Amino acid sequence: MLASRALVRGLQSGFWRRVSTSSAAWAAHTHDIDVVDCSIPQYNNRLDTPLPDVPFVRNLSAEQKKLKEKEKGSWTQLTKEEKLALYRLTHELSYAEMRQGSKEWMTVLGGVFIFLGFTGLLVWWQRVYVYGDVPHTLSEESVAQQTQRMIDMRVNPVHGFSHKWDYEKKQWK
Amino acid sequence: MISSAVLRGIGSLARTRTAFTAPLAVRCYSHAKVETDEEFDSRWVTYFSKPDLDTWELRKGMNTLIGYDLVPEPKILDSALRACRRLNDLASAIRILEAVKDKSGPHKEIYPYVIQELRPTLQELGISTPEELGIHKV
Repeated sequence: MLASRALVRGLQSGFWRRVSTSSAAWAAHTHDIDVVDCSIPQYNNRLDTPLPDVPFVRNLSAEQKKLKEKEKGSWTQLTKEEKLALYRLTHELSYAEMRQGSKEWMTVLGGVFIFLGFTGLLVWWQRVYVYGDVPHTLSEESVAQQTQRMIDMRVNPVHGFSHKWDYEKKQWK
Repeated sequence: MISSAVLRGIGSLARTRTAFTAPLAVRCYSHAKVETDEEFDSRWVTYFSKPDLDTWELRKGMNTLIGYDLVPEPKILDSALRACRRLNDLASAIRILEAVKDKSGPHKEIYPYVIQELRPTLQELGISTPEELGIHKV
């Protein structure tokens, strides 16, 4: 029971990780680098650090190198696509992309409700098949006898229980 | 007949007591000189105008400037954009414009004003705004 639950959770977290990052980002995340070397400056997407320590793409292809050469000339000669390509070489995410949220919270909330529901089912099964009978003093007849005794004893006659019973008319006020 | 020493003592005691009951208007602020806005602006314009500014200094300057609780004046940004030009870094120039827009937060009128002021420089250097490249939205 517990092992299967752990398996489900493991599968779900793997699923969520893939769902919460786009496939392109996932590919970039897993290619080449097994372990991130924290002793050298790293690229980061931060709103408060517009110019990160290193460019996003370090190993330029021949085409990209040519574009970098063209960048040394007048920028009025560059087309929109080339300017965009240069931007994307140095930066992974634009500010708008950094600011956008994700729909992950729906997945999380859904998962929480699923597990709560499952737990509810377990608790119900437990109530039916594990718990024994309730004491006989909770039966209707027993409660009626108990209430009559409380009235006879004049429990809380000033403001409470017996105060609400009309002793003349023998009924609740 | 009170001795002069005692009188001197009472006099000094009276003096210290007046110091304790100084009026509230006299506060214990630091005596450091407060930099004016113009001084701040010119300091940063000078920083980015250094002819042999290197990439690290550009990045450090820009990241520090964005860390302050203000939106930089167009003249500081002009200086920074020209520094990007000297360093052949178009991506950083566009990034700076994005950062300015982000820094203005809810005050939507700041960014169009800054772009309007920088328009001659942007045209001269050939820098496209994020809007022209389409990266201002996802």
